[in-house]
Amino acid sequence: MTASHETFTDKVADAAIRATPQSVAARVRGLSDRAIAWLFIAPTILLLLAINIFPLFWAVYLSFTNYRANRPNAVVQNVGLGNYSRVLNDPDIWASMQTTAHFVFWTIVLQTLIGFGLAYLIDRKFRGHAFWTTLILIPMMLSPAVVGNFWRFLYEPQIGLFAYAVSFLSGVPTSEIQMLGSVSLAPWAIIIVDTWMWTPYVMLICLAGLRSIPDYIYEAAEVDRASAWRQFWSITVPMALPFIMLAVLFRGIENFKMFDMVNLLTGGGPGSTTEVASIALKRDAFEAWATGRSSAFAIILFVAVFGLANIYVKALNKVKQR
Amino acid sequence: MSSANSAHSVVEPSATSKRVAATLVIAYALITMVPLAWIFLTSIKSPPDSISYPPKILFSPSLEGYCNLFTTRTRQTPEYIAALPAPDGVCDEVTRERNMVIAGPSNFLPRFANSLIIAFGSTFLAVLLGTLAAYGFSRFKVPMADDLLFFILSTRMMPPIAVAIPIYLMYRQLGLSDTALGMILLYTAVNVSLAVWLLKGFIDEIPREYEEAAMIDGYTRLQAFRKVVLPQATTGIAATAIFCLIFAWNEYAFAALLTSGSAQTAPPFIPTIIGEGGQDWPAVAAGTTIFLVPILVFTILLRKQLLRGITFGAVRK
Repeated sequence: MTASHETFTDKVADAAIRATPQSVAARVRGLSDRAIAWLFIAPTILLLLAINIFPLFWAVYLSFTNYRANRPNAVVQNVGLGNYSRVLNDPDIWASMQTTAHFVFWTIVLQTLIGFGLAYLIDRKFRGHAFWTTLILIPMMLSPAVVGNFWRFLYEPQIGLFAYAVSFLSGVPTSEIQMLGSVSLAPWAIIIVDTWMWTPYVMLICLAGLRSIPDYIYEAAEVDRASAWRQFWSITVPMALPFIMLAVLFRGIENFKMFDMVNLLTGGGPGSTTEVASIALKRDAFEAWATGRSSAFAIILFVAVFGLANIYVKALNKVKQR
Repeated sequence: MSSANSAHSVVEPSATSKRVAATLVIAYALITMVPLAWIFLTSIKSPPDSISYPPKILFSPSLEGYCNLFTTRTRQTPEYIAALPAPDGVCDEVTRERNMVIAGPSNFLPRFANSLIIAFGSTFLAVLLGTLAAYGFSRFKVPMADDLLFFILSTRMMPPIAVAIPIYLMYRQLGLSDTALGMILLYTAVNVSLAVWLLKGFIDEIPREYEEAAMIDGYTRLQAFRKVVLPQATTGIAATAIFCLIFAWNEYAFAALLTSGSAQTAPPFIPTIIGEGGQDWPAVAAGTTIFLVPILVFTILLRKQLLRGITFGAVRK
């Protein structure tokens, strides 16, 4: 490895020193494969180090200080683990974690059930299924913020289409359908939009899972006269399970970070009923300007996502190997 | 995962079960389209029609939303309007009917232009860097390749808000706050992970023999890359580019936290469009419609590659 590093740097230095356009071209022509590999990969790694890893380490550093971004000239003091203990002892932050868990749980349950159901139906390959599938996929490609903002309008109790439709179907007066204003309904308002938007995502991955099940297994089951119900539970579900779990993983990570839609639909309200972790973090970092404490919170969040995702991937691999 | 792909032949579902499936799927698709259809309908309503109750399905279309989106208006007395010269253009006519005059251009166009510049700029960079890195990972023995690839992927797990604080501070130091360049670099960094993973999959599928043959014919490695591999990878590069574009186009959290004025993109701007006494919903809907159209087109173009793009190539169809 060292030897190849030397050749690489030597060549670049060489080329740089005797720089006439022809000689550079001549040098590049002779680059070894190893040099090309590093030359090709290095820019990406450097960019990620500069814009991802460096800020992450900076956040780690800040999390041990009392720095405030709105007072850049104040003296910065090391506070040790103070920020971490404050975050972990803050009931509001625990409440935001609970709210996040609540959202992640319900969005995953709903999206998996509806998404898998749709995929199962589309897998019947009825006429025109490709067209309808494409239509269904549209919501997930749109901007959560822009669409979330428009849902605020749909939810308006006095003028919104959603309130009108619910009232029309249920007979409940629209004034009682305060999706964004009521403590009990606001979390569901967000869960509905998230489900509307991301069910297609789960559906698409489940569909790939269903299409990956070889026919001969069903044929064998037919020969054995297994009932449709039995085939579904003993073949379809277990064979598609790794795909379903992959969808749950991606949705779980994304919804753990959920920000756009909540920020535009409720901004965390009413009260703090929909204040998910990202919203609490934003308030701490960009409204209270408690940079040190919010950095500690951010690190805790990152470690939590990373840890949970890793545990989950291990479980996923076990299911795959079965 | 894809090897066992085949059409259902012997166990073809019955005609009834197909009919039931079709009915349910079509019903879902139609319901899911309602909010999008409503955005479009609202964009061609007049402001009073947009907020009437019960919601109006039949109405006379109006261009006021679009006019309001691109211009700002102020309410004037009828006498003042009567004293003005004859209306100039459709928007002028539309606004005068409601005793308004056009006061000047709105911020929508510059914000939309920012979205274009930042999305295309970062997509170009991410695809360029991603193609090179993917080729490097695909064709050469890179030490710790798996670790590096996992590192590249893991940069996507961080909540944007978590890195936004230090990036905000870093950009303030470097003078990159609220600049298009800063946002382009940031989105490039976010997108490059997807680009590397996707493109590696596409390049892995191009047989190495093609390059080897070219190199036997006297091409250098770089010439073989440029003249043999790149043309073969065009479809994959195009698909990757569209995924990067869609991400950068839709991104909100970083844009909302790191830009406020000159580099602000459309997603944080559209919700701030305010009319008289509250949100101007036809204008918001008009902005939303214009903003969503490119993505609708791309979705239809991309539907075959969609699965790969959203799962980082982890699942292939």
